[in-house]
Amino acid sequence: MAGMNVRVGAALLVAGASLAPAALAGDAPEAARRAQLVSLVRQDCGSCHGMMLKGGLGPALTRAALRDKPPRSLVATVLYGRPGTPMPPWREFVTSAEAEWIVRQLQEGTLHER
Amino acid sequence: MSARTVTIAAVAAIAAVAALIEAAHAELGLVVERATGSLQLVDNAKRASLARIDGLGDLSHASLVYSGDGRFAYVFGRDGGLTKIELASAKVVARVVQAGNSIGGAISRDGRLVAVANYEPGGVKLFDAQTLELLSEIPATYGNDGKRAKVVGIADAPGNRFVFSLFEASEIWIADVADPRRPRVRKLANIGREPYDALITPDGRHYIAGLFGEDGLALVDLADVEAGARRILADYGRGQEKLPVYKMPHLRGWAVAGPYAFLPAIGRHEVLVVERAGWREVVRIPAHGQPVFVMARPDGGQVWVNFALPRNDTVQVIDVERLAIVQTLRPGKAVLHMEFSGAGDEVWISARDDDRVVIYDTASFARIAEIPAQSPSGIFFTWRAKRIGM
Repeated sequence: MAGMNVRVGAALLVAGASLAPAALAGDAPEAARRAQLVSLVRQDCGSCHGMMLKGGLGPALTRAALRDKPPRSLVATVLYGRPGTPMPPWREFVTSAEAEWIVRQLQEGTLHER
Repeated sequence: MSARTVTIAAVAAIAAVAALIEAAHAELGLVVERATGSLQLVDNAKRASLARIDGLGDLSHASLVYSGDGRFAYVFGRDGGLTKIELASAKVVARVVQAGNSIGGAISRDGRLVAVANYEPGGVKLFDAQTLELLSEIPATYGNDGKRAKVVGIADAPGNRFVFSLFEASEIWIADVADPRRPRVRKLANIGREPYDALITPDGRHYIAGLFGEDGLALVDLADVEAGARRILADYGRGQEKLPVYKMPHLRGWAVAGPYAFLPAIGRHEVLVVERAGWREVVRIPAHGQPVFVMARPDGGQVWVNFALPRNDTVQVIDVERLAIVQTLRPGKAVLHMEFSGAGDEVWISARDDDRVVIYDTASFARIAEIPAQSPSGIFFTWRAKRIGM
């Protein structure tokens, strides 16, 4: 129970942190689009990060793996990729607001469940 | 035991025997259903699904190899699961979870050993093919601080050897497993940046690793390992900026057709054609997208290509004689894999997001049948059992 509270607290903190700067204040996507984004993360990010997001050629994207990463830099990685590594830019597929939503879900650990 | 039970048991026994005899002659295959962690046992001749096999864990990047007689399949799951399937009974006969994260495996030419390539912990593990008993481990340790690399592109090679590549280490290792409890490893360093997958040619002579971190591929002559790896197609990008790659290409022995090998360019919408005699570039064939699988029909007459996101609804066909694309097909959403029948007259294509396998005639390009499957990915027919590097 205590563990759960800590987790909820951490999730709220992350959500709060990611909402604070103006650049990260996106609206949550509509339900239908959210389903598409979940599928994109599991299937296509999953090509390298594993469908369960536990890692592959790319690193794990589990809550534990991302806990201490600044959301802003994760959003930038999603949108612009990481030059010099296989991580490609995804801005052709997702908007900034959607990338923020994805990062929030990853850091809350809601996307790796089946 | 009631008369009814006895009758049912007898009928079941007869049916099982009949199924077994039939199975021995049919061209069977397995279709990976990645989202549900299951396999479908399929009959290529009947174009039908025979059974579903569950309980294989995370199959999101699963591949498999067959025993030489085609009776058993060894399935390599993403979650480190190694599962042995008996095709005649469609049952799991042995299973171990041997690592945290794996990418694939190979079976020795004599069928005694199964080798699994692992990402985490990085290395190769050798198993008794009969029992799946762990025989030894080769940690992919590199550099001076004990770091372990992810292992990719494992292949079985003549002379009791397995060959594989180390992604972060830029090395190719050749393990002599004549004594599988004490493998002897020959390491080739500086083979090129970030090998992402590899193949062995069908004659067992050459091992080719694709490079992600630079243009070109690394080639090892397995008859002359001491000569080391040499670079081929080293300047196909000519220093131009690469396009983003939304899915890593895959390499296997099916890249070879006639006198050529057909290889995916990285970050370019091209198929590279290289002649096997001197390993020089013949031509680059512009294609619809970033190639993922570039697969020769077993007779070498055609090469079929699928593509990475966002162009993954399309498949193109290269005529080997003309070295040109002669057909563009749209089999469905998220085409992940293709598999030819042994005779090459049909190709089975998995359309993940349409939840089906689509079957085409390779001569007329007619769409001839469909089989429902849940998020299908890899398709593997038993004819692979007789081939090197498949």
